[in-house]
Amino acid sequence: MSAVPVTAKKDTGADTAQAVGTRWWTPYALLSPGMLWLIVFFAVPTITLVSTSLQSGTLESGFSFTFEFGNYVDAVSGSWEVYLKSLVYSLLATLSCLAIAYPLAYTMAFKAGRWKNIMLVLVIAPFFTSFLLRTNAWKTILSDNGFVVTWMHNLGILDVLHAIQIPVIFADGISGADRVLQTPLGVIAGLTYNFLPFMTLPLYASLERIDVRLIEAGQDLYATPWTAFRKVTFPLSLPGVVAGTLLTFIPAAGDPVNASLLGGPRDAMVGNKIYNTFYRLFDYPLAAALSVILMAMIVTLVTLYVRRAGTEELV
Amino acid sequence: MATETISRQASMTAPTDLPPAPRSNVLLRLWRWLRSHVIAILGVLALVYMFAPVFVVVLFSFNSPIGRFNYTWNEFSLTAWTDPCKDPLMCDAVRLSLTIGMISTIVATLLGTLIAFALGRHRFRGRATTNVLIFLPMATPEVVMGSSLLALFVNMGVDGQLGAWSVTIAHIMFSISFVVVTVKARIAGLDPRLEQAAMDLYADERTTFRKVTFPLVLPGIVAAALLAFSLSFDDYVITQFTAGQSTTFPIFVWTASLRGIPPEANVVGSFMFIVAFAIVLLPELLRRKKPV
Repeated sequence: MSAVPVTAKKDTGADTAQAVGTRWWTPYALLSPGMLWLIVFFAVPTITLVSTSLQSGTLESGFSFTFEFGNYVDAVSGSWEVYLKSLVYSLLATLSCLAIAYPLAYTMAFKAGRWKNIMLVLVIAPFFTSFLLRTNAWKTILSDNGFVVTWMHNLGILDVLHAIQIPVIFADGISGADRVLQTPLGVIAGLTYNFLPFMTLPLYASLERIDVRLIEAGQDLYATPWTAFRKVTFPLSLPGVVAGTLLTFIPAAGDPVNASLLGGPRDAMVGNKIYNTFYRLFDYPLAAALSVILMAMIVTLVTLYVRRAGTEELV
Repeated sequence: MATETISRQASMTAPTDLPPAPRSNVLLRLWRWLRSHVIAILGVLALVYMFAPVFVVVLFSFNSPIGRFNYTWNEFSLTAWTDPCKDPLMCDAVRLSLTIGMISTIVATLLGTLIAFALGRHRFRGRATTNVLIFLPMATPEVVMGSSLLALFVNMGVDGQLGAWSVTIAHIMFSISFVVVTVKARIAGLDPRLEQAAMDLYADERTTFRKVTFPLVLPGIVAAALLAFSLSFDDYVITQFTAGQSTTFPIFVWTASLRGIPPEANVVGSFMFIVAFAIVLLPELLRRKKPV
């Protein structure tokens, strides 16, 4: 290094991994086009959404900003059941995703060997077929006379799920007595399926980083495989669990597609409500208020959860 | 349950000199194998689960449905594959989605890569704010982003002229963050010694970037572009809020799902799957061919 005639400036640049561009404004020049786009088409619209939610008027007479907090009162009093349902559905979907994705990510990280990369490709691959077509395909798989529903019925699973009836959330049971489509179970199954990769990839990333010798050390100290998992592997994979649950829960809570395609009219979620308020009722302020509440709810829950899980690094 | 009792019996008979019955021996080995591979089996089952609907989509592209709804199998047919444009509206929708996808991929990849280099290679004031603004679009439900954009367009008074342009704007917006994250990960994984070596060999900053840094980051940029394209081509929710009267492929599928999705739509889905799968899997297969 010392024999090479590089200037001192370049040398420190390389050491701090700052190889290109040393002028102070270079990073800002690189950032500004993209950040400008995000400010104009993400930050500004979000502010507009909040201001729209405080407007009053109708589509015909035009809307004007009047600090109309009544929109929020209307949104909460008219749709609290829908919010509650959305939260419960997406929470159950997130838990199912965790249960399915953990063994998958574990297999990829520790058992797949030379198949690891292929399996990674296979996890992403279903993404390449249209999301709507795949969700519609579940209508075929879960159709009322199909073998999946017939078997679930014969094994008594549907009877048990149908018997679980909770007012407001599962008023008619989690599933029908002999059907899955047009019931909450259909919606939850669809959400679970569609957001599974969002759970699998962060889990895999955090499991893959674990030093296998730590788990072996645990087993050398007479831990059973289960104890080793509980005391070593699982705690070390927690950042992945946190990131995965957030990346699954957030989009699932606002998703309108699964509830429309796989659920019945009574299983509508917030996403459907917002969409219908915009496009069927043309009540833009109310729709905006519904959106703001959803956003506020998610931000609150995520903050509480991240505080509790105690990890700040998410991306 | 049955295998459990068998294994218990077998383990009880094992210490004696009596050879265990061959049938239970097979079952015992099967049981042991299952027990030691239970996690891998669950993992493979999860993969099967993920592919089940894809299989259905591809299978039903060969169906000749009775009536309008393509939900039950009738008979094998190639007509959807030989004449995918039977409904010209669908092919228009596919063309529009491809155009929007390409434009938004190019713009988002360019803007996102620049941001990634700024974040990966520079220290500057406002880093934290930048990171938050990158993270937020990924953490916002699509309905909220879509309705925000619609609220903006309504307040600007352009909600009557929404179309491909507004969809493209929206797609660029939500793709940027994913590009930044993908490219930034690649930059962070680079070995800084490679660049130092180039500079030691008398390459100036520009040459080092052109000959070393950029080629090394390029796979990340390509991956980000593929991701941006598939996000754009597949997006329904935000598109619905910003599309006005124009019809992209997902909007076509959505509208069709109410009156029956034609098998031709499954052909498009299957075709995209095969192309994307080939793009992603080929380098992996080629690498495995080479003796290591």
